Amino acid sequence: MLLQGKGAAALAALFISASAFALDRSALEKLASDDNDEKIAAIAALVAEGDPKAADVLKSAAEGEIEVDGKKVEIVVNNRVRARIAEALSVLKLLSPDNAERHAAATALTGGADPAMLPLVLKARDAEQDPAVKKLLELATAAMQLRSEDKETRLAAIRALAGSDNKALLVEAASDADEDIKRAAQSTLREMDDRLVWGEWLGLAFAGVSLGSILLLAALGLAITYGLMGVINMAHGELIMIGAYTTYVVQGWFRGSALFDFYLVAAIPAAFVVSAGVGMLLERSVIRWLYGRPLETLLATWGISLVLIQAVRTIFGAQNVQVENPAFMSGGIQVMANVVLPWNRIFIILFAAGVLVAMWALLSKTRLGLYIRGVTQNRSMAACVGVPTARVDTWAFGLGSGIAGLAGCALSQVGNVGPDLGQGYIVDSFLVVVFGGVGQLAGTVYAALVLGFANKLLESWSGAVLAKIAVLVFIIFFIQRRPQGLFALKGRAVEA
Amino acid sequence: MSALTLDQGQTPFMWRLYGVKGWTAIGIGGLIAFVVFPVLNLLVPPTSALHISAFWVTLIGKIMCYAIVALALDLVWGYAGILSLGHGLFFALGGYAMGMYLMRQIGREGQYQSDLPDFMVFLDWKELPWHWSMSDQFWWAAVLVVLVPGVLAFIFGYFAFRSRVKGVYFSIITQALTFAAMLLFFRNNTGFGGNNGFTDFKRILGFSITAPETRMALFVITALTLIGTFLAARWIVTSKFGRVLEAIRDAEARVMFCGYNTMHYKLAIFTFSAVLCGIAGALYVPQVGIINPSEMSPANSIEMAIWVAVGGRGTLAGAILGAGLVNGAKSFFTVAFPEYWLFALGAIFICVTLFMPRGVMGLLKR
Repeated sequence: MLLQGKGAAALAALFISASAFALDRSALEKLASDDNDEKIAAIAALVAEGDPKAADVLKSAAEGEIEVDGKKVEIVVNNRVRARIAEALSVLKLLSPDNAERHAAATALTGGADPAMLPLVLKARDAEQDPAVKKLLELATAAMQLRSEDKETRLAAIRALAGSDNKALLVEAASDADEDIKRAAQSTLREMDDRLVWGEWLGLAFAGVSLGSILLLAALGLAITYGLMGVINMAHGELIMIGAYTTYVVQGWFRGSALFDFYLVAAIPAAFVVSAGVGMLLERSVIRWLYGRPLETLLATWGISLVLIQAVRTIFGAQNVQVENPAFMSGGIQVMANVVLPWNRIFIILFAAGVLVAMWALLSKTRLGLYIRGVTQNRSMAACVGVPTARVDTWAFGLGSGIAGLAGCALSQVGNVGPDLGQGYIVDSFLVVVFGGVGQLAGTVYAALVLGFANKLLESWSGAVLAKIAVLVFIIFFIQRRPQGLFALKGRAVEA
Repeated sequence: MSALTLDQGQTPFMWRLYGVKGWTAIGIGGLIAFVVFPVLNLLVPPTSALHISAFWVTLIGKIMCYAIVALALDLVWGYAGILSLGHGLFFALGGYAMGMYLMRQIGREGQYQSDLPDFMVFLDWKELPWHWSMSDQFWWAAVLVVLVPGVLAFIFGYFAFRSRVKGVYFSIITQALTFAAMLLFFRNNTGFGGNNGFTDFKRILGFSITAPETRMALFVITALTLIGTFLAARWIVTSKFGRVLEAIRDAEARVMFCGYNTMHYKLAIFTFSAVLCGIAGALYVPQVGIINPSEMSPANSIEMAIWVAVGGRGTLAGAILGAGLVNGAKSFFTVAFPEYWLFALGAIFICVTLFMPRGVMGLLKR
């Protein structure tokens, strides 16, 4: 602590001298010019002096307005200029006395930045006391030196980058005009690939399982309400959202108490009960009258989802709410140099497996499960032997909704909780159920895992959005080729 | 009236579509759109109590575009029993095709005074991407408005109907399609302006887009298209083709066993419906002045289904009525009680499906 305090003081002293100067006026004028290259040069000039006031100027410049001689001047900022401004702000943050802030800024800079800002980063590196930040800054300087003019500096930078796992910069250098640099970068890349390849695959597999388990949680409830009961429940996503908000409320009760770390023990059953209750209420009041009319059910449940979204917005406000992880779920296990498995993801995978086992046991080992299976397979015969079919429908729907609530509780640990939370999952979860084969629980599990893997695998090639689009298009074509899904029910029930 | 219910071969074409009452209603609608609105908007001075403001012209013009969409959806859902949740996509595609042309019409008057549309300057692009070539030609935009939704619907429908995807399955995959398209259009690199879409239009065919005369011309063209769509749809549903569609809706297996290839019928009406949506979208964009990917959100497409359900599916007048009622209510609520609109819309969804399966037209007929 003492050492860090000293470091911060040294940094501050370093720049107090600089802040004695007023901001360079010519740089400001250049920033207001029409030419983007001039603007970028001006940004570098502002940063080079390390004046704390520069941060304010740059921030307002990013919003399209700066002050020159007390007059407001509007400037046009495009994406290229904006990226430079963001880098410049990161560089300025390196001077912050706050350790976490410096760490974040250094991390942002490891991707490379305008070489014109190098002197300041070098200064910050030499003054840095925290070993983790210092290491990051060394990588950042190497990343910046890679774009410098001098060949020796560049070769040294490539060697320095060999210790990092940032490939993008070396890939750029590997197609350089200069033969030596090209060769050095290529050999470093190969070394790095060999070292990282296992970790990358492991990370990918973990991300795939993690996404798969989230999809599974979101789709499991739907596998009951849609898969077994045939109800097109467009409000399923909103039942997930209600589970997440229940977790938020329970977490609020525990806030400040010594038991805060264990709030999930109360939140999990609460999320189940609240969502199940809402689901049973919906079944009794609306869905019951629409059995056998799937398109009408679709529209009515969509209406329900709108009402639920607006209700939550009215009660909790339109902004996202903050759900804190218990302390034992933050952080992760470092398995390899480039693989960290976060605890909250591990928790969700285990949780999904637990829910799956519990659901399987409920459906195959209990009397309620027997009734549910009986009613879905042959309603009139079940009624004949004395199963109260209407009540079983309500219970089954409540069970599916409750599982949606559990999904919401889990999702609150990894993502944002807002009124629109459910909307993002509804298309996905329907596709998972349909892909796996309606009425097939095992199919849902396989489908969730396959889609999770496929999504993450594609993501590593093409980026998140394109991967998602590719998966959607794939499922659309798959369903057209094989409308019964991966695992079809055997039998003669062709026309549903 | 008895003379009008004669054998189809002897009835004049006009009376086959509608009786005296129907044609009178269409005539009154035309009179209001082609005479009353232009006169009260352009000739009557704004100080007069009878003046119709630009706000109303835009609002009614917008609702007429929605009514065309409702008619298109009614043709596939109300008559052929195919609930498409992707009609918002076809609507938006038509709108984007028109929007590209409108963006090029801005010329150098954009914020950056460049030949390229503003958002491309923003992304530091130096030249137009390939799919923007020819976008400065109006005829090309018009071709795209029809072709893009039409071809997409044809290809998608061909695969879906060939493998007999129907009912809810069809609804879900059309929804997935529009969701995928929305994600695609949200990307900046797709070249359609990312999440801001297209806006700040200046001219159409050289006329200023904000001038009252241009606005009125667009309004009249929209009304003409709506009436044309209405009559075309009526012609379809009263023809033999329309009868087969209704039969497919009620018992597809039996129609197939009678020797009809139902795929051709479904594919034809689905494609036609998508083209109508594209045209509606193209009329919508210059009047509203903006198009962005949120038009493709699954929620919008489902809302289109509720317009038809409110009016009464399987009745063409109902589709227009439903689009008018729901969007009228939306305009009222979003101004008066913005926070209650979703409650109202949700209640409409639930009540219509539970208590009014035949919609408003069903109530009127009773």
